[in-house]
Amino acid sequence: MNTELFGIVATYLLTLVIAIPLGKYLAKVFAGEKVWTDFLKPLETGIYKLSGINIKEEMDWKQHMKALLTINLVWLVYGFFVLIYQDKLPLNPDGNPGMTPDLAFNTIISFVVNCNLQHYSGESGLTYLTQHFVIMFLHFVSAATGIAAAVVFFKAFREKTTVKLGNFWEFFVKSITRLLLPLSLVVALILALNGTPTSYEGKDQFISMQGDTVNVSRGPAAGMIAIKHIGTNGGGWFGVNSAHPLENPNYLTDSVELIAQVILPIAMVIAFGIFIRRRKLSWIIFGVMTIGMFLLLIPTVSSELGGNPLIAKMGVSQATGAMEGKEVRFGPAISGYWSTVTTIISTGSVNSMHDSTMPLTGMWQLLGMMINAFFGGCGVGILNYFIYLIIAVFISGLMVGRTPEFLGHKVEAREVKIAALITLLSPFLILAGTALASFVFTNHGDAAWVVQPKNWLSNQGFHGFSEMLYEMTSSNANNGSGFEGLGDNNIFWNVTTGFVLFLGRFLPIIGPVAIAGLLGAKKHVPESAGTLKTDTLTFGLMTFAVIVVLNALSYFPALALGPLAEYFTMLK
Amino acid sequence: MKKYIIQSLRLTGVLLVLLCVIYPLIVAFAGRFSKGNGGGEKISRNGKVVGYVLLGQSFTKPEYFWGRPSAVGYNAAGSAGSNKGPSNPDYLKQISDRIDTLLKYNPGLVRSAIPADMVTASGSGLDPNISEQGAIIQIKRIAAYRKLNERKVAELVVSNTKGPLFGMFGPTTVNVLRLNLALDELKNK
Repeated sequence: MNTELFGIVATYLLTLVIAIPLGKYLAKVFAGEKVWTDFLKPLETGIYKLSGINIKEEMDWKQHMKALLTINLVWLVYGFFVLIYQDKLPLNPDGNPGMTPDLAFNTIISFVVNCNLQHYSGESGLTYLTQHFVIMFLHFVSAATGIAAAVVFFKAFREKTTVKLGNFWEFFVKSITRLLLPLSLVVALILALNGTPTSYEGKDQFISMQGDTVNVSRGPAAGMIAIKHIGTNGGGWFGVNSAHPLENPNYLTDSVELIAQVILPIAMVIAFGIFIRRRKLSWIIFGVMTIGMFLLLIPTVSSELGGNPLIAKMGVSQATGAMEGKEVRFGPAISGYWSTVTTIISTGSVNSMHDSTMPLTGMWQLLGMMINAFFGGCGVGILNYFIYLIIAVFISGLMVGRTPEFLGHKVEAREVKIAALITLLSPFLILAGTALASFVFTNHGDAAWVVQPKNWLSNQGFHGFSEMLYEMTSSNANNGSGFEGLGDNNIFWNVTTGFVLFLGRFLPIIGPVAIAGLLGAKKHVPESAGTLKTDTLTFGLMTFAVIVVLNALSYFPALALGPLAEYFTMLK
Repeated sequence: MKKYIIQSLRLTGVLLVLLCVIYPLIVAFAGRFSKGNGGGEKISRNGKVVGYVLLGQSFTKPEYFWGRPSAVGYNAAGSAGSNKGPSNPDYLKQISDRIDTLLKYNPGLVRSAIPADMVTASGSGLDPNISEQGAIIQIKRIAAYRKLNERKVAELVVSNTKGPLFGMFGPTTVNVLRLNLALDELKNK
């Protein structure tokens, strides 16, 4: 038991030891200062040349967003067709079929937006070609998109007044060459040496000790599993993601995968402060996020270690905790830690089945995704946090009766409107989506879809409601984990979550970048005694309060109907 | 706008080569030096492959140590967990049946000695391990079926138990496949 808790502590400390220097490095890379990876410059120059890019052309925030959306659109079209026709393309040793259009629609959006919701199972739903040329490719580029967007946002606050925010392609390419690719390579090698497959051989077959014939799905998975964590993507090679023994062979790889998914989101926060020369602001943000993380983490681990009270009544020993959907080599403690990390960060990879976790654990997972700003996804986490921060600035401004300011720029009606709309978007998508699903489930149970609505839920009652709520929340947060008991590969879920995914990704990127762009272009107001300081403990607490109040108001009713109701019925 | 489209297309092409051809080939090359040469480590007996070290397989005969319940019957081409919620009545009935089965087959076993991992399905459906306690409760049954000395079987369990990582981090595990292979050896001697 204690060794399991030590495992969490060691993993967390190691994460910080790597993430903090990485943040400093990251700031230097994007500020164009000297770093030891400058030997990669010729590679980058080559990429720019072949792509016809001149990185000296600086863009304003609108041009940045145009470039971002254009290339994302290219990936959407490209990936959609490759997925549909994958059965006719090479590298398909297992002879898997092409995707149906609605599944391909969902899958391609899901991976372009860095969500990685998977309505298929990797073993049977993809080929080695699509695993690499669609899924793994998007793992890299969607993460780089998020990082590049965050750097544009950083740029807006670096100088006093500026409209020129650097070149999008440069940020994007450097995210890959200086961060994602080298880090993934390290993780991939560790995984490969611990037994994760890397070769292109197809399915294997053997006769087990008891004489059963067993087919074994394999494939070049290690490289993809590395970037799926480094890039906070989460979409795995095998159906059960990092619970699969080949995807996550032992406790060591489990820790490595856990560390890999948190280092960039933490590094982004550290880098922000260094980049805009306000380190204290960064540490305040880091503090708020860390407190938020621990407030979700501690009750999660404790409820998993406590085990299932209904199983306890049957008299068996749950010495290690709740084991349904968990692997013995990890145990409930680190599985609980993983479930917190993967939901506050938008990774969405799992090493245990969230559907089978305790009701309150499920609630903390949901909350992590609803808030979506305690470190959050690669690049986008800090953008989400910025929206809360602007709301906090606005409310504080109202309290003291002054025009609110952020880093020397007046925050006016236009910026606050954008922030408010983005804040309202998440509850709207999640709650309206869940309401629609519940409506279809209750009133159109016999609709002739691949999975009839009445058969959607593998668990009835409150837990069934949680399954639908989780799916919509995960889509909106671009998380990608699921209560996998939900029968989600049918036209309703493929299409609805497809739209939620798309809106939940691009609006929360465009919104904060637009606010930053608008603020950055405004005249710089020198600090005075009347300035609201945003890098103080008080303001940190204020932001935290805004996060808590906004999310409690938005989601408490839905959480009460799902996980809370289940929890209280289990107590009686 | 047109400029962005052309740049996007070209950049996508270049990155496809770098990220989807060069990168995985480097990893595949490195993987050749791992156990199992990148295809997953196998275990053979008398020259025949009997399993993958990392993948659990189904053991249902009473003379073998059993693994954990699996939602997919240890199908290594279609991993899945049960995805049963903690309060699902059908699921709780299933757990209760599993407890009864264990009690029936293992003489002298009491409920409070059964660890949760032996009655709950794993996340992957392919869990290669059970807890130490999960192996200990099966010793009596195995010894009786194989007409072996209980102490010898217990020693075998101890020697196949793997402690935490570096002795400090994570749980203690028993690899069921390795344990059963060693068990067959024991009989032959």
